[in-house]
Amino acid sequence: MYKNWWKILGALLVMYATIAGFLHSVPKLPILHESIRNLYFHVPMWFSMIILFAISVFHSIKYLLTNNATHDLKAVESVNVGVVFGVLGIVTGAVWAKFTWGQAWSFDVKQNFAAIALLLYFAYLVLRNAIDEEQKRAKISAIYNIFAFPMMVVLLFVLPRLSDSLHPGNGGNPGFNSYDLDSRMRMVFYPACLGWILIGYWIYTLKFRVRALDKYTTL
Amino acid sequence: MKKFFSTLLLLAISLQIFAQNASPSIEQSVYASGKIYVVVACAAIILLGLILFLFSIDRRLKKLEKYSDPKN
Repeated sequence: MYKNWWKILGALLVMYATIAGFLHSVPKLPILHESIRNLYFHVPMWFSMIILFAISVFHSIKYLLTNNATHDLKAVESVNVGVVFGVLGIVTGAVWAKFTWGQAWSFDVKQNFAAIALLLYFAYLVLRNAIDEEQKRAKISAIYNIFAFPMMVVLLFVLPRLSDSLHPGNGGNPGFNSYDLDSRMRMVFYPACLGWILIGYWIYTLKFRVRALDKYTTL
Repeated sequence: MKKFFSTLLLLAISLQIFAQNASPSIEQSVYASGKIYVVVACAAIILLGLILFLFSIDRRLKKLEKYSDPKN
């Protein structure tokens, strides 16, 4: 039980963020109205994805340093979970865009680059399946993963800022934090991010444990 | 008279400025539902996605349990 405190913390934070996300007061904004509450659901998905991909890079580097297959398993499973969070982020983003930007997919730079960033990681998973030899697969995919992570960061946070975008925080649009993310929203937003990151990490540990069991018992 | 008209004109111009400031509240009355269903849809998508993901983990674990069953 003493090791599980962070799982309980994550569950409580997500519970709090969901309930308070629907009931807590939000600033009155034009076009957005109540849909500003999506900030507590859509944005934490992306933050969780980034943390999971960062964990993956950490284990890829560890794999290259130690050649320990466990690190390879950790790297691939955290990408597996991160991709699920990324897909949830892009789908919720499309739903939100449908009702605030007018179109689910308006080929906005932020949407396009987010999709490309996800494709980078799909390519990682496909690459792994294409190589049969275990050590070679682990090494090549670890190197690919180390290159994919900075690419993903550039695609999500640098390139959209250089051109026009409807997404807050990009292309001359101010981020939510500059004028609407007031202290009321922060009280829900930060716990939501931390909670979803912990839940994402929890699912990743489950995936890893199942995978490790698979590898070391049936071989 | 000229003064009166110029005052009226300036007033009319300033009215337009006020109208722009007031537009959010007019829009708010048009979108009376406040787009809360967008948030409901997104929360439902996240829950559904994670539950389906849990099922996929469950399937894999079940397969493992079948292999490691001592009766086999």
